Amino acid sequence: MPVTAIKASGLVKWFGEGDAKTTALKEVSLEAYLGEMLYIVGPSGSGKTTLLSVLSGILRPNAGSVLVEGADIWGLSADRLAEFRLNKIGFVFQDYHLFPRLTTAENVAIPLILRRKRWDEAVSEAVKYLDIVGLKRRAELLPVKLSGGEQQRVVIARAIVSQPDILIMDEPTASLDGDTGRDIVGFVRRSILNEKRCVVFVTHDDRIYEFADRTLEMEDGRLSGMEKGGADIEKGDI
Amino acid sequence: MKGILKLAFKLLVTDKTKFTALVGGITFAVFLMVFVTSMLIGVLNHSSAMVTNVGAPVWVMDPAVKNLTSSIGMPDYVLDAVRSMEGVKYAVPLYSSGALVKLADGTYQPVTVIGLDDTSLLGRPESIEGKIEDIYATNGFIAVKDADFPKLGNVHIGSEFELNDHRAVIVGIAKVPLFSIFGVPTLYTTYNRAVQYVPNPRYTISYVLVQPKSESDIPRIKEQVKALGYLALTMPEFKGKVSTFYLFSTGMGINIGLMTLISIVIGIVVSGQTFYTFVLENLERYGALKAIGTTSRELIGMILFQAAFASLVGYGLGVGACTMVIGLAKLRMPSYAGMEMFTNLGAAFVMVLVIAATSSYIGIRTVLRIEPFDIFRG
Repeated sequence: MPVTAIKASGLVKWFGEGDAKTTALKEVSLEAYLGEMLYIVGPSGSGKTTLLSVLSGILRPNAGSVLVEGADIWGLSADRLAEFRLNKIGFVFQDYHLFPRLTTAENVAIPLILRRKRWDEAVSEAVKYLDIVGLKRRAELLPVKLSGGEQQRVVIARAIVSQPDILIMDEPTASLDGDTGRDIVGFVRRSILNEKRCVVFVTHDDRIYEFADRTLEMEDGRLSGMEKGGADIEKGDI
Repeated sequence: MKGILKLAFKLLVTDKTKFTALVGGITFAVFLMVFVTSMLIGVLNHSSAMVTNVGAPVWVMDPAVKNLTSSIGMPDYVLDAVRSMEGVKYAVPLYSSGALVKLADGTYQPVTVIGLDDTSLLGRPESIEGKIEDIYATNGFIAVKDADFPKLGNVHIGSEFELNDHRAVIVGIAKVPLFSIFGVPTLYTTYNRAVQYVPNPRYTISYVLVQPKSESDIPRIKEQVKALGYLALTMPEFKGKVSTFYLFSTGMGINIGLMTLISIVIGIVVSGQTFYTFVLENLERYGALKAIGTTSRELIGMILFQAAFASLVGYGLGVGACTMVIGLAKLRMPSYAGMEMFTNLGAAFVMVLVIAATSSYIGIRTVLRIEPFDIFRG
């Protein structure tokens, strides 16, 4: 029996008022399970990123709930919500958002530093995670010295350094060429995903669909109900 | 929080161009403000140099006196009346006036002549050549060795000059705690000789110097002097009156005030703008930090720390540069009046706090407005 990582029910989110009102999520409900790589796919403007933002606790829905470990995250105060994101969620942004003047290791160490870990300890811990993503030798370099694929790996290392239960990945292959994109997602599948972690993945890159355990399709703010997938690729144990 | 502050520190100082511009703007503003106010303080302090140098605790004068160069003669009965007042230990006359001396080479030089009470020599300067008693010698004058001393020519003990067709002889050279800013040499002599040598109006006592029996007698003395139609001021009050005159009755105050205001505006505009640009350039990263799990309080702490750090570094550099320039100026020009005091250093610190607060406010407003969702949207 799979263990639920996220349970979302009746999510509604709109932007703007009056004539300018746009509804991005229309009664969306879904469950994501530990140990699975869940893809949310769909055309641009279908509400994928909005859904991801609501699920990860950074965009408040107008209606509906998101349960993580049985608690509605949108019932938390702003500080508790920030704490939840820090401890439970790892983010991989489409545009990396690395700090250009911090070294690679320092970039990876940021979530640990925010968790009040001492700077030196955090950086040395970060180097271990850079080793996992194969970039230990790049630890002292600035991000600008790294290729796009390497920068995405750094972001993945930053996302997993605090051992989150849920990894949120937003179009992680959008800026990468096909082979690099496949390498990155394959790496996440083989080395990052495990039975205690869930990866929620927003993409419209059909070259990487094969890595998903389940795929949900979004269209015009609704999940279409179509579920594909069942990847046969081994998972990691990190 | 220590690690978060280190992160804020690294973000700030590793952007060398912005950090240099930020600190440079604050340094310049602090330098300008401290320098200008140091000049003001120095000039005001030296404008009442005679009060400090004579050092009497209470000064009696005509109420119309505005500054030291415009003393108004008082009749002799004022001195007698003050001497008989309750609470007065003793009182002596002081003469102070401008005069023109004819030097040995035939040129004329304006001077300030101070006539000390013949009996007590109250307010006498500290002798560095000759003896103070020599002031009683025939035609005896003592020259003050300050920045204007060379204007008397090659003066030494025994040098002669003419004062209103009277022969005058330098019998001693002395120093005073504070030099005057009026740009003329100072000569000390006895009161009686001064009134004989310098052409005078009917009344000759410039000030009556009063030594009260105790501090508590001063208010009573003031009342009695006021009843007589004159004004008694303590030394700090008199210095304050002179400073107020130069500050508000000349263009000095408004000009220095404007310069100070300009330095504050420059500081706020340059630093505020640079800090705002710095925050804008890092907005995405602050947004990413917010998404990852940084609380608003922590972000505010980071920005306050960055603004405070840059401001304090700028303050230190500005004060250091100003101290160095004033020090060098004093080495080259002994009469240079600029002086730093806790007052203007404190005022500059307050200005820096205003700059830091303004910069932080702009930065905090911008950072708090960014939604982590915008980071997702790219």
